[in-house]
Amino acid sequence: MEAYLDNSATTKCSERAKNLMVQILTEDYGNPSSLHNMGAKAEEYIKDAKKKIAKTLKAEEKEIVFTSGGTESNNLAILGSVEANKRAGNHIITTAIEHASVEQPMKHLEEMGYEVTYLPVDEYGILRMDALEAALREDTILVSIMHVNNEMGAIQPIEEAAKLIHAKSPKALIHVDAIQSYGKMLIHPKKLGIDLLSVSGHKIHGPKGVGFLYIKDKTKIKPIVYGGGQQKGMRSGTENVPAIAGLGEAAAEMYEKLTKNTEHLYALKEHFIAEVTQIEGVTVNGKIGKDVAPHIVSISVEDVRSEVLLHSLEEKGVYISAGSACSSNKPAVSRTLTAIGLKKNLLESTVRFSFCAENTMEEIDYTIACMKEIIPFRRKFTRK
Amino acid sequence: MYKSFLIKYGEIAIKGKNRYLFEDALVSQINYSLKSVDGEFKVRKVQGRIYVDTLSEYDYDEVIEALSHVFGIVGICPVVLVEDEGFEKLVEDVLTYMDSVYPDKNITFKVNARRARKNYPMDSMEINAKLGERILETFPEIRVDVHKPDVLLCVEIREKINIYSTEIPGPGGMPVGTNGKGMLLLSGGIDSPVAGYMIAKRGVAIDATYFHAPPYTSERAKQKVVDLAKIVSKYAGPINLHVVNFTDIQLYIYEQCPHEELTIIMRRYMMKIAEHFAKENNCLGLITGESIGQVASQTMQSLAATNAVCTLPVYRPLIGFDKNEIIEISEKIDAYETSIQPFEDCCTIFVAKHPVTKPNLKVIEKSETKLSEKIDELMKTAIETTEVIRVTAEE
Repeated sequence: MEAYLDNSATTKCSERAKNLMVQILTEDYGNPSSLHNMGAKAEEYIKDAKKKIAKTLKAEEKEIVFTSGGTESNNLAILGSVEANKRAGNHIITTAIEHASVEQPMKHLEEMGYEVTYLPVDEYGILRMDALEAALREDTILVSIMHVNNEMGAIQPIEEAAKLIHAKSPKALIHVDAIQSYGKMLIHPKKLGIDLLSVSGHKIHGPKGVGFLYIKDKTKIKPIVYGGGQQKGMRSGTENVPAIAGLGEAAAEMYEKLTKNTEHLYALKEHFIAEVTQIEGVTVNGKIGKDVAPHIVSISVEDVRSEVLLHSLEEKGVYISAGSACSSNKPAVSRTLTAIGLKKNLLESTVRFSFCAENTMEEIDYTIACMKEIIPFRRKFTRK
Repeated sequence: MYKSFLIKYGEIAIKGKNRYLFEDALVSQINYSLKSVDGEFKVRKVQGRIYVDTLSEYDYDEVIEALSHVFGIVGICPVVLVEDEGFEKLVEDVLTYMDSVYPDKNITFKVNARRARKNYPMDSMEINAKLGERILETFPEIRVDVHKPDVLLCVEIREKINIYSTEIPGPGGMPVGTNGKGMLLLSGGIDSPVAGYMIAKRGVAIDATYFHAPPYTSERAKQKVVDLAKIVSKYAGPINLHVVNFTDIQLYIYEQCPHEELTIIMRRYMMKIAEHFAKENNCLGLITGESIGQVASQTMQSLAATNAVCTLPVYRPLIGFDKNEIIEISEKIDAYETSIQPFEDCCTIFVAKHPVTKPNLKVIEKSETKLSEKIDELMKTAIETTEVIRVTAEE
């Protein structure tokens, strides 16, 4: 048996998205900027994708800009908005648990002379509202908060935070990294009161190499990629039509099935947590239940190093992630897990399971059975 | 403009009656190395000289790069070969050569003629003088300097006439395959690929053994070792890499033996397994990247304890090297970037916080008696399940 439980790293492309992409790659391969009807047809695919996505967000089509993925969306949101609003102030706020594609642009801005405040989180990985309130200033120009944390699934109180930000820092734009939440939860930027929202295609059964940034109408933002002026100059470069269409289709599919999927995911997760916590020395990080995203579980396994558990499960056909996938190839300690104050011995013993709607109860049972076998055995062999 | 390269070789010229064996090995290594270069090449052995003829378009830098990996080569000379059609024609060819190779004539030169074919009507002194004169006449800015010329123009009268003035240093050493074969214990670190390179430099062909320990080490750690073997094989020729699954042996030692002796006992079993494959593959010795005192398992006492299990000689070419000296060679052979990729290593996963640094052989041997129940079976399984990967420099 195999079980792919690393869906927050990436997902399998959906059939519907794949079929549409093959059609575009092999038949309707025109350049949307071309004047002939091949170009017009390609342009239609982009309009269609925008329409589908706008509908899921209750937004307008013109508010969607396609990018090369989550990293570019975050970079565009942060660097582009700061560049456009630098006269309004010099202060930026973010959290201590952001993904590297938010954290690194922030570090770059610090080097450029901006002042960046990194907000702490509580033991559940949730932003502390009092810390946000204390950090907000007249000259704050941007607040960037992730929606669902990629390592623990903690959901940030975006709506509440946005109200506070608007009240205390009227000039600040609000950016939300929704890469782990879009497609798994309802997100309506206008209702939440936010200006910018980043999404990646391959986390929602779309293709890799594509994403989008929602930019609220009339938001002041400058491009970070210059060239032929595509997408009204906000993101130059020939549009990646097959990937954009695939993303649109995947997004539509996720939201068509949202209620059913969410129910299924929570059932999988609850069952997994109930079983896994029966194994001695296993703890779940963060909150349990519906306050946490339906698809992510972070667990710590005392005295079993995360890579050893990961590779032991791999031998049995179960694929998971050690800490956060993007930092697992280098032995860097996870910032999120450090920020929640996880004990040092558990930092190296924490793994992430992330589910998708295609996962089954049988896969969960199989995984649990594997873990019941692996954990007590591997625990016998520790560094002394 | 160059259609051929003249290959100069050193030590092999002195090998007397075995000379042809050495030359054949060199030709074969040159052919091997050129396989990874785009284009068609022919390697010829004529009258104690080796030429690489290019039979198609080629990239000059790629050819030089490939040839500079071939041990036994002392110098690579891009050469123009012309037919002997009288001295006037030779003058013309030499002038064309000088004009195209040195567009800027503000240089000093000296002609160094050699008459290998004794029936040529002029002797070398005469050729030197006449060619020098004509060059000076044709290019007024050029000057002669017989002591320290910028350009030493070599003109060799052989079956064909060789004209060349550049010699790119080769790596030296001896052609791989002329000194038997050794079994390299290859880890994912910095030292062992360098050790393999250094032994190969002395003409030794190489096979390798790598110990992996899934799930403690990953598929990527193994791939890294394959990549390192590939780098070594650019110099050493094809390598049969033996990938031994060492996990069960390691865990058994962990359970049975004192923890601080784990590394040393583990290394003794690694040597035994490597020696098994060495003998099976006609290797005449083991090769390791050890250097005295670098880590606990490489003190004189530890080396002696490890060595005691081997019947074949163990070659340790880095024994007197400091780490920075090893890194220097690692960088030179382009292995460093691969070596420092951060993947687990089966030697470090269970390493004790305070391992023994002065193991006593008797004590170690006594500890090992605790393994007697299962170790033979585990060794047998490890040997039987070993995967052999043939690694060559070609893509």
